[in-house]
Amino acid sequence: MGKPPKKKSLADKVRKTKTASEIKNNPFEVKINRKKFDVLGRKSKHDVGLPGVSRSKAINKRKETLLKEYKQKNKANKFVDRRFGEYDTKMAPEDKILQRFAIERQRVHEKKDVYNLNEEEELTHYGQSLAEIEKFNDNVNSDDESEEKGLLSAELTASHFGGGGGLLRKKTSEEQEEQGNQRAKSRQELIEELIQKSKLEKRERQVQREEAQELTEKLDQEWKSIQALMVKKTPKSEQTDKPEEKPKLEEYDMMVRELGFEMKAQPSERMKSPEELAKEEEEKLQKLEADRLRRMIGEDGGDGVQRPAHLSADDLNDGFILDKHDKKTLSYQDGKWNIGKETEANQKEELEEEQGEEEEESDGGEEEDESDGGEEEEEECSSEEEDGHSDLDSEQESEEETSSKPKQSLSREELKAQQEAAKAELPYTFPAPESYEDLRRLLRGHTPENQRLIVARTQKCNHPSLAAGNKLKLQKLFGFLLEYIGELATRSPPELTTVDKLIPELYTLCQMFPLAACQAMQSILGDAAHSMEEVLEVKGHASFPTLDMLIYLKVTALLFPTSDFRHPVTTPALLLICQALTKCPVRSLQDLTSGLVLCCLAVEYVSLSKRFLPELINFLSGTLHLAVQDKTSLGYTLVPPFRLAGKYSNLLVLSSSECCESWSKESLPLSVRLELDARSDLDKDHYRLNCLSTCLDLVKRCCLLYKDLPSFIHVFQPIRALLSKHLLTQTLPKPLQKFHSEILDCLKEAPLTHSRLVFEKKKPIPLKLLTPKIVEVLDYGKKRGSTREERERERLKHKYKKEFKGALREIRKDSRFLAREKLSEVMNRDAERKRKVKEKGRDKGGGAGFHKNKQSVMNKSQLLDLQKEKKRKTTHNNTTGASYHCVNLMRKYTQQSPGTQIPPGSYRD
Amino acid sequence: MALTEKRNVSSKLNPKRPKIDIESIVEGILGSRKRANDVFDILESLRSAKEKDVISAASACSKLFSTLLERKDLFIGKLPDEDEALNGDYSAEEKYHIFMRHRYNSCVEMLLEYLHHEVHEVKESVLSCLMKFAAAEGQHPLEDMDWSEHYSFPRQLIQLVVDNILSKTTDNSLLISKFQEYLEMEDVRYYVMSSIRVNVSAVMEKNKEVLLHVYQNNVFTLMSSINMPSQESELTNFMVKQEAKLEDWKATKLSDHKRGFEKMWLGFLKYKLPVSMYKKVLVILHDAVLPHMIKPTLMIDFLTAAYDVGGAISLLALNGLFVLIHQHNLDYPDFYRKLYNLLEPSVFHAKYRARFFHLVNLFLSSSHLPVYLVAAFAKRLARLALTAPPTALLIVLPFIYNLIRRHPSCRVLIHKPTAEDEALEDPYVMDEEDPVHCCALESSLWEIKTLQKHYHPDVAKAAMLINTPLPVQEDDISEVLEITTHEMNNNES
Repeated sequence: MGKPPKKKSLADKVRKTKTASEIKNNPFEVKINRKKFDVLGRKSKHDVGLPGVSRSKAINKRKETLLKEYKQKNKANKFVDRRFGEYDTKMAPEDKILQRFAIERQRVHEKKDVYNLNEEEELTHYGQSLAEIEKFNDNVNSDDESEEKGLLSAELTASHFGGGGGLLRKKTSEEQEEQGNQRAKSRQELIEELIQKSKLEKRERQVQREEAQELTEKLDQEWKSIQALMVKKTPKSEQTDKPEEKPKLEEYDMMVRELGFEMKAQPSERMKSPEELAKEEEEKLQKLEADRLRRMIGEDGGDGVQRPAHLSADDLNDGFILDKHDKKTLSYQDGKWNIGKETEANQKEELEEEQGEEEEESDGGEEEDESDGGEEEEEECSSEEEDGHSDLDSEQESEEETSSKPKQSLSREELKAQQEAAKAELPYTFPAPESYEDLRRLLRGHTPENQRLIVARTQKCNHPSLAAGNKLKLQKLFGFLLEYIGELATRSPPELTTVDKLIPELYTLCQMFPLAACQAMQSILGDAAHSMEEVLEVKGHASFPTLDMLIYLKVTALLFPTSDFRHPVTTPALLLICQALTKCPVRSLQDLTSGLVLCCLAVEYVSLSKRFLPELINFLSGTLHLAVQDKTSLGYTLVPPFRLAGKYSNLLVLSSSECCESWSKESLPLSVRLELDARSDLDKDHYRLNCLSTCLDLVKRCCLLYKDLPSFIHVFQPIRALLSKHLLTQTLPKPLQKFHSEILDCLKEAPLTHSRLVFEKKKPIPLKLLTPKIVEVLDYGKKRGSTREERERERLKHKYKKEFKGALREIRKDSRFLAREKLSEVMNRDAERKRKVKEKGRDKGGGAGFHKNKQSVMNKSQLLDLQKEKKRKTTHNNTTGASYHCVNLMRKYTQQSPGTQIPPGSYRD
Repeated sequence: MALTEKRNVSSKLNPKRPKIDIESIVEGILGSRKRANDVFDILESLRSAKEKDVISAASACSKLFSTLLERKDLFIGKLPDEDEALNGDYSAEEKYHIFMRHRYNSCVEMLLEYLHHEVHEVKESVLSCLMKFAAAEGQHPLEDMDWSEHYSFPRQLIQLVVDNILSKTTDNSLLISKFQEYLEMEDVRYYVMSSIRVNVSAVMEKNKEVLLHVYQNNVFTLMSSINMPSQESELTNFMVKQEAKLEDWKATKLSDHKRGFEKMWLGFLKYKLPVSMYKKVLVILHDAVLPHMIKPTLMIDFLTAAYDVGGAISLLALNGLFVLIHQHNLDYPDFYRKLYNLLEPSVFHAKYRARFFHLVNLFLSSSHLPVYLVAAFAKRLARLALTAPPTALLIVLPFIYNLIRRHPSCRVLIHKPTAEDEALEDPYVMDEEDPVHCCALESSLWEIKTLQKHYHPDVAKAAMLINTPLPVQEDDISEVLEITTHEMNNNES
């Protein structure tokens, strides 16, 4: 009957039951693939094969796929398994069940309850109706649960935890018995019994619980009646307990509480970004401006806030308004500044001397503040005279007013005065000037300090982070400011205080837009250099730069780094200075002053980098030469623009020697140009001595600066000769004698000897090596020399070949399998038929032998025919494994067949 | 008789006459001989104080007399006195000719006087008028000529013009530049050259040892505006076309031109010159004068004298000397010593710096110079570099490097390794005039080491080169010779 398949499955079963190691260790299962060469260190995957295992795997696979297809062949119907997630291996079984349940419920619900309006589905929790549970919801106690948990009946545990222990037990007993039907029945009964039991128990428990509830309620009531009596007593009893516990608790608790109440690190305020700061600044200014405007219009709004600001320390609170703003000459009308008089006229004309200029960087600010204060006072005086009328009037009036109505909040006059004050105050916001004229208009008539404020406010109001176009505006502003500074310097008298005030603003702008600042400065310097070059080409010499150019050069030194090896602004500036020093002949004391200023600038430029400026030394020695009286037998050579003798070669020679006594050192004024001619001889001599002292000071600085140069001696040889032979100490005033001796000492100290020049030592260049280069070849057998693409193509080709072969093999195996199946089908059919025939023959009894013989004969002839056919096929297509296999089988069959009755099951032996 | 009458009348009428019809007067004179006396009107207006009148009168004169010259209406030959002619035994035709010739002479005299006028326009028109006369006279000579001996050229007129152009009081450079266009003509140039020579010798003999700045300046301007032809075939442009014996005419011979040119220059340079004139002459000498002389060696005296003057003049004389040494085998003793002494701090500031360094480079390019000399030059230049402006430094540093490259034995100047690390004082003697004794070879170029700290980045970089062995390739100095501060600035940005 179903033997052949069973047998096969048995073999498989045996194989399956065996563990992998068992199979591997079984010599009959293992096939060892012989290797041609042993390669050390190579691990091959396929040295041992398990043909049996792999074959059975392959057959199983085919059974699942190919056989099914074969059986489904020519069939229209199809069995579809629509169980949810049946073939989804990824899904967890619990999920599967849940989903199925959900779907089921849904289906039921949909069908039944589409038109069901009233009846709601009963909600349950663990199988209990929620509605029921809610009824005694409050009464559920932990006690109850524990009680319930405490109930550990054997049956319950058995039913709950034993996995149906009872059932199992019965099952085992049932196993001994044979029948399965009975088993099912008893199980059902059992379950029903169980359910009944549990229901009963439940009911009992509920009853118990209700009773307990009643009892507790009763107890509660009783407790309440007693509680009042117990109030006093209980704390004591507790206290008796606590002292023991307290020390332990306290430390920890204290700590916890302390920590709890401790101030936590508050999130600090975020650092503001520059944009925000700028915005804040602008807002502040705008607010101030709005306030000012409001006061100017005369509204009474911010009085309370503003008032304290107006109170001075000396205010006696007597109602006098001593508004200092009133006294300023500045006034603001219709958005324009008008002012009676240039206040700068009073400005001192004595300006900072060059030496001072350098010091000024450090402590200049304070000095200016002082001087500013003085100026303001002057201003105040002058302005008081001007608008004294109105002041007086208002003061008088206000006096009257205040005397009559001291408590009145704000009189008309006060309002008016405030208005005036607002007018006088600077506006807080300014539009960025669009042209140079705009800037001039904006700054015209202001004190230096106010001009600085205006520029600063303009800059804040137009900070680049506030609006897109502001960057460009401010860049322009830098150019305009530079131009303005130049103009200030060309005015007579030059307004250098203002220049000084504006420089910090220039600096901030320069820091903001280094590139634009660079370009602006470059263009100014370039123009100057170009014009000088042109003059030189025409005349052969040029005049010294004017004051504005000197200021520009100074500003350059302040704004840009001077010590850079190469800087797009400072290098041309230095070149310009040096060119001026070589090409501009000295024809007057003014020229000499300018030249000395340039020298100061030059020294300032190189003070950090200590670079060598030949022009500087030339100019200084030339200047000293101007002071030499006897111009014969010189021990030095002069360099242009100075000449040995000529009209201007005695510029610094003193007209009389008496002036030495009366002279005291003064600073060299920059704006001396105009008045010099009018001076007396003595004044001139003093001026000469000033020049000489500046010059000597510069020489001293240079000495210190260039001390380390290898040819220091030769560089300073002319100066040395001048000082030691021609400008003798006796002829000089005392302060200069000091300089003189200091310089000579410095020159004497300088080292005379130097070590010889040699090239820098270089690393020797290694000789060229001629030994062959050895390259290790690590990948023998691989095709080398081909490109990556070629190798890839080769690899693909190889892979394709392999796959192709594999596919062919698989197809062959498939067809073999199918043929086998077909054959077995045929065999089965035959056997079936034979069996039936046999049965029939047996039934008939007598005619059996005949039938049997006939049957066998027919069978034999049939088989022979089949065999022939197969043979032909094999000769035709010998490679087909399936037919080969068949033939083998046939052969077996035919060998066995003569004379013996073939049992149907023995076909496959 | 009639003529005098007429003259009287015309002189009376003259002030009333309007001057606009000066053209018509010319027409009238040329039309009929009866109105010949109107010529006085023209001469009168020529004397007028107004420049416009003078100019118009000059042009009228030029038209009138050149037409008359063409018609041969002017007396030819030795001119008799006017009164004599009136009384003498002349035909009316001759009398007219004599009269007109006299008027012509007085006109020329007046025009020559106008060459000293202060207004340039007047001078210019007068000059063109005179040159027209000269051309007309050349074509129609006023002298009786023996054709076999003389060639017709108004030598006297040209001499007079030149004498007047070379003024002693006013600077006539503008007029001379105008005159230059006539100098393009070969015969004019030739005769002008000889007239200059005559004029210069006459004037300078008179004022010996006195410097006539304006006069010498005028002479120099005129002489330097002479463009000499380089080939005889170029001599084609003549003012006066000679009819006969063209081959013998000196103005057609280049060698005669050259001789005249040479004589003129030597005659000029013979006398003492102001310093500025020296410079001017020396600037153009080597390429405008020397090539056109027959014997350039005649300039040796002048050049050596100039070379000994010192300063900028010596620098400039160097150029002429170079031409002589190079092309004419001049052997100049102590040339290099003098060259060495020319190196002063002012060299770097002089206007002719580029030219000087170009020449020094040429002189020192010989590889046969002794090492001590080259070393002396290198050391001296380095010492002077301590006072030089950056533009000069950019020339001097490569210059020194080139010297060291050409003469490898000078390498000790920048590389002299010694066993013991001794320090020594600079043995170089700056004041020594003889390069042999200045001990430059024992020294090192510490000055360049100093310049490594120079403020200008390019200079500092150039000075850094001595830290390592110099590359073999020589630097091309001609690129940096003309560099200006402005260019340096532009390189910067």
